[in-house]
Amino acid sequence: MKGKKTVKLMQGNEACAEGAIAAGVRFFAGYPITPSNEIANIMALRLPEVGGKFIQMEDEIASLAAAIGASLTGVKAMDATSGPGFSLKMENLGLAYMVEVPLVLVNVQRVGPSIGMATSPAQGDVMQARYGSHGDYASIVLSPSSVQEMFDLTVRAVDLSERFRVPVILLADQVVGHMRQNVAIPPYEEIKTAYRPEPDVPPEEYHPYRGNEKGVPPFAKFGSPYHWYANSSAHNEDSFQATSDYVVARALIERLTNKIMKNKHEIIEVRGEFLDDAEIVVVAYGCTAIPAKGAVLKARDKGIRAGFFRPLVLWPAPEEEIGEIARKARAIIVVEMNMGQYFHVVREAACKGNAEVYSFARPVEVFSSHEILQKIMEVQSIV
Amino acid sequence: MSKRVSVSALVKKYFYEHQFPTMWCPGCGNGTVAMAMVRAVENIGLDFDKTIHVAGIGCACVAHWYTSFTALQTAHGRALPSATGIKLANPELTVLVTMGDGDCIAIGGNHLIHACRRNIDITAIVYNNFNYGMTGGQVAPTTPIGSLTATTPFGNIEPPVDICRLAEAAGATYVARGSVYYVKELIDLIEKGIRHKGFALIEALTPCPTVFGRRNKMGSPAEMWKAQRDITVSVKKIKDLPPSELEGKLPRGVLVQKERPEFTEEYSKLISRLRKEG
Repeated sequence: MKGKKTVKLMQGNEACAEGAIAAGVRFFAGYPITPSNEIANIMALRLPEVGGKFIQMEDEIASLAAAIGASLTGVKAMDATSGPGFSLKMENLGLAYMVEVPLVLVNVQRVGPSIGMATSPAQGDVMQARYGSHGDYASIVLSPSSVQEMFDLTVRAVDLSERFRVPVILLADQVVGHMRQNVAIPPYEEIKTAYRPEPDVPPEEYHPYRGNEKGVPPFAKFGSPYHWYANSSAHNEDSFQATSDYVVARALIERLTNKIMKNKHEIIEVRGEFLDDAEIVVVAYGCTAIPAKGAVLKARDKGIRAGFFRPLVLWPAPEEEIGEIARKARAIIVVEMNMGQYFHVVREAACKGNAEVYSFARPVEVFSSHEILQKIMEVQSIV
Repeated sequence: MSKRVSVSALVKKYFYEHQFPTMWCPGCGNGTVAMAMVRAVENIGLDFDKTIHVAGIGCACVAHWYTSFTALQTAHGRALPSATGIKLANPELTVLVTMGDGDCIAIGGNHLIHACRRNIDITAIVYNNFNYGMTGGQVAPTTPIGSLTATTPFGNIEPPVDICRLAEAAGATYVARGSVYYVKELIDLIEKGIRHKGFALIEALTPCPTVFGRRNKMGSPAEMWKAQRDITVSVKKIKDLPPSELEGKLPRGVLVQKERPEFTEEYSKLISRLRKEG
């Protein structure tokens, strides 16, 4: 029997912090940056109350490094930032992918490049969230479009990070981070998140980097009788250096990618509306999904067969779902607050379909549903 | 004084023999520093399972390739912030950090300052070979003026930093300098650092004959090891020596030892206070 949900008016960043507490996050390291500050502020207040630890580190690099260290002791760990900090974290993000440390990194996107506009929303970090650190790996990136999803997707991010031993990025933006909406929160005891797979063999038979059936190696927490070595260099299944062993190093990098890509059906999450008969499908995510959905509803009122598609998980990309839309629809419009980033993903996924793919992208200014409606009508007149 | 354990017994207990030989060049002092750390751990009788080794990147940071401590090899310069996360998340663990001089003072300099300031109970061993050895001998923040390196082919014009004085100024509560020439003293300094409650930094001077010594015509490895004796002076002898004999010499021994609230203990107190107020 399920307990009653509590409905509470919350700010997006606040919902993210509460979602993290509910998901069992007990370590947060951060560094002040707008517009993600509220997450760290609330974690500083809430974590010691629940026996967790908060630390403000000396810089953005150090805060992700500290979260990695904490996670290695078996604690669910998190860090939050925005553009300039996200850039600085790419080094330790790569470390987390390489040594396979579960953690959640929140990026409340603001306008870039560089210092850009600290208090203005943007969606310019979509590609950086996928490819920002050097080398090859696969990432999991979630995109919330409401305050409710700031809570729910934070919980999901924790769960996915633990299941796949991977850092998961919650790619929010200043709009969803700062807006206030009602959030329905289930009793915390009903919120279940995974804990990373653990070894089921004695220490002498433990191979710290041998993937299980999903390609995820069992994790022994630091301080246990399982001695192992979290190695940022290319390593073999026993974590020893493999920097001269091409076969072993290649197998490692392929496994880091495949453990996500071969299990993407467990990760991908999308929402669609009116897709059955839609001729023109609007693809949008994050804050832009709000006016985009409004525009589709308005188009339907006008008798236009418009549809709406929203990836909640940007990476791994829902290529099959987009491919399916491209086979049925005549046009796809990708709306995003950048110079056109996810457009490239959609166009590639749609390449075998019939739909023409249009980019409706611009930085800095939030879209209105009216102008997206205008774009739908413009596309309707040419396809 | 604990019973001296044989090298073979130490190797059996703390090392992966199948990973030998080490990558260190003949005449390098780094293996001696690493073994001094292992001996200090053994002398104290630390719980092997609960002793965590965190290393940065460079010639100083490869001991964990051969030792069987649970370990983390971080990105270059980032050993201390990751060690901070480990120690804060689980204060029961003993956290040993090894870094090189470039790793700790240049790319990781900011982290050193703040680990000292926080007084978190971590023991940091900084191997100082006065240059970047692994990348072929470039200038480091510790390289003496005038030295030839791969990136100062006409002689270094930047003044070096004194690692120990920097740590002291930043608030470290235990600071010591040792040298591979005085290995028993080095073991003792590391042991005292691990036993110390708070942030402990031990600078270990170690010769780099292959790249630094060769470029600067410092002679054979044996001569470079002897030079370690000549460039240092024990703190116990400083007060008896005239200033002329101290010129250009680095003091060796425990340089700072004081008590100040330790960070993870203060955090635990905060949690208990909040729970009582509940």
